[in-house]
Amino acid sequence: MTRNTQPLSLRVPEPTGRPGDAPDFSHLKLDVAGAVDRPPVEARPVQMLDLAFRLIRVLDDEGQAVGPWNPRLDAGTLKKGLKAMILTRAFDDRMHRAHRQGKTSFYMKCTGEEAIAVAQGMILSREDMGFPTYRQQGLLIARGYPLVDMMNQIYSNAADPIKGRQLPIMYSAKDYGFFTISGNLGTQVPQAVGWAMASAYKGDDKIAITWIGDGATAEGDFHNALTFASVYRAPVILNVVNNQWAISSFMGIAGGLETTFASKAIGYGLPALRVDGNDFLAVWAATQWAEERARSNQGATVIELFTYRGAPHSTSDDPSRYRPGDEHDKWPLGDPVARLKQHLIALGEWSDEAQAEAEAEAVAQVRAAGREAEAIGTLGQSRPSVKMMFEEVFATEDWRLTEQRREVGV
Amino acid sequence: MVDQAEAPAPVAPDGGIVPMNMIQALNSALHVKMAEDPNVLSFGEDTGYFGGVFRVTDQLQQKHGLTRSFDTPISECGLVAAAIGMGAYGLRPVVEIQFADYIYPAYDQIVSEAAKMRYRSGGQFTAPIVVRSPYGGGIFGGQTHSQSPESLFTHIAGLKVVIPSNPHDAKGLLTAAIEDDDPVIFLEPKRLYNGPFDGWHKNPVSPWKAQASAQVPTGKYTVPLGKAAVVREGSDVTILCYGTMVWVSLAGAEHAGVDAEVIDLRTLVPLDIETIEASVKKTGRCVIVHEAPKTSGYGAELSALVQERCFYHLEAPIGRVAGWDTPYPHAFEWEYFPGPERVATALKAVMSGGAR
Ligand SMILES: Cc1ncc(C[n+]2csc(CCOP(=O)(O)OP(=O)(O)O)c2C)c(N)n1
Repeated sequence: MTRNTQPLSLRVPEPTGRPGDAPDFSHLKLDVAGAVDRPPVEARPVQMLDLAFRLIRVLDDEGQAVGPWNPRLDAGTLKKGLKAMILTRAFDDRMHRAHRQGKTSFYMKCTGEEAIAVAQGMILSREDMGFPTYRQQGLLIARGYPLVDMMNQIYSNAADPIKGRQLPIMYSAKDYGFFTISGNLGTQVPQAVGWAMASAYKGDDKIAITWIGDGATAEGDFHNALTFASVYRAPVILNVVNNQWAISSFMGIAGGLETTFASKAIGYGLPALRVDGNDFLAVWAATQWAEERARSNQGATVIELFTYRGAPHSTSDDPSRYRPGDEHDKWPLGDPVARLKQHLIALGEWSDEAQAEAEAEAVAQVRAAGREAEAIGTLGQSRPSVKMMFEEVFATEDWRLTEQRREVGV
Repeated sequence: MVDQAEAPAPVAPDGGIVPMNMIQALNSALHVKMAEDPNVLSFGEDTGYFGGVFRVTDQLQQKHGLTRSFDTPISECGLVAAAIGMGAYGLRPVVEIQFADYIYPAYDQIVSEAAKMRYRSGGQFTAPIVVRSPYGGGIFGGQTHSQSPESLFTHIAGLKVVIPSNPHDAKGLLTAAIEDDDPVIFLEPKRLYNGPFDGWHKNPVSPWKAQASAQVPTGKYTVPLGKAAVVREGSDVTILCYGTMVWVSLAGAEHAGVDAEVIDLRTLVPLDIETIEASVKKTGRCVIVHEAPKTSGYGAELSALVQERCFYHLEAPIGRVAGWDTPYPHAFEWEYFPGPERVATALKAVMSGGAR
């Protein structure tokens, strides 16, 4: 007999709303813009524990940039960011439709999360390496990677830069600081740490940046990454994109009810920032802070980017089956595009007309790229030579592959 | 497909026989077992409220409660390890790995722990768990949604490996797997979830309900582990296959015009060696078909076994049709996927005396 006289019970967390319920975000404790202190980049992690539980915000409800984290960006940079976000959204919309039309097998949008990859892609240079997951298309777009090449990859057509081998959206663009994407969640995070360790080992000046979803932080790889980043003081920025949902599982299933994702860094002795991910300026400021730490050899920072996945998880998903239909509309941190637009208008640098014009321009740009890619071909209409199936398994083909290639007749 | 190795499906007292697709059949097995045995739990990524991305665990939570069918963190290692602990306590957890390609983070727990628990503890502790996972290609899933990892498990002492090819077997085998006292890796050919697939990818997929093997009892029954099914009798050559390749092999035999005996292994461990031996001794020839890459695939083991036991009955070298030794390539799916044409080529080669 044990000494326990009381029956135990198993707890399984549940979200605040399911289909048919009214969205409820009343449990969120959101700091107002400007409320959170900005420690010096030399601060030791133990001196800034509260930042793992607060929320760094710069843009207030009127679109004004306030508080110690205001990065004071010039209008040109702000406009560049806004346009890249608009273009990312237009690209997503077209490719999502292309899937519906049977032109590709798969697509994933980043609706509502555009500020993250766009701002961070603009801050770091192409020589630094980004280790993305599958919702950082904004990184390529902000850096001017050709849209037509992204589409060629999505269509697995004859001009696909990765030769028809990968699932659509699993880009690879070394020259743009964009590491090859894996379909296996979380694997990129400890690899980013290793890349950063290599740069430090060589005495180079490059840093790494990586992204993981809230759900995937439950993978061992995430925790391995934090251990290595801390032990070797790797120059890397470790982003957790908390978009509230991991397919049908709310962030509570990944441990997000008991503590914040940023705070996971604390036990590893790493500094943690928790940031409004729909606030372009806050994302910018926090990333710059982490960048400065990494560049000045003070090691890694964990940044939780608090946001909401507005679109379905992927083209295979129907979110209305597991969450309130209008939850995204009720998201208290708004829409990143609308908020940056409002800020630029408040600065007197932008207008509704300029916005409409930029949106039309983005649609036209995507349409033109679409025409170009589709002229080469969509999935099944065009593809690289079948020979490509057997190449680059190893640096040089062994006899088995040679025989198998011949069996296919190529 | 007529399942000749199986007696007419037993009808449970509570119900009749209804046509089901493979998803419904698997789901039915879980509902029936969970209703019968409170120690049976089902969990995995997205398997709770939503019922799994392929819907195999649909309504389990609604029917059997939140603590018996729930979502887990995205931690394959964590969820399999938790299942092992629960199994050691006396529960019978059935866990889902969303795609077999994501079983690797859990590999250490499956291989080093579940597989060896009974042996290393002198029988004091066991891990009676089932790890279910959709596997295989033919759905344009790219490299990380298409792999066939079965031989990584058949190589490990202490694990059972089950792969059904039709709804009737799927339900009966899953029920047997849950009742089994050993850890079972239960791989579900996702290309067959909604209908049989003969490998001619341009053919429209026929619905399961047109198939005899989709007549599934609503009540409880088992298909025993370790018993293969002769799905087509023939005298010229024996085809050994499992999963989607059962249907491809049937189509390949027809395409080649060869009187092939097609054996659906159903379980790779334990393996029904008697049925294999009897068939190869009868036909004198053998072709093995699987989707996984050829090198060190399960076909290599089958080929060695047939050679060891039937060498003096063989009239030709054993043929192997398998996936290529490359990662699974998105745009070249149909060149990669072993289709009826490649099966037919192998059959003709074996019939003319040489496998190559
Ligand atoms: C190792 C592994 N397990 C499971 C999956 C299947 N899967 C793909 S995306 C996903 C949800 C990820 O959620 P999150 O990390 O929160 O990122 P988000 O999609 O919300 O951006 C799952 C379970 C996978 N790709 N890899």
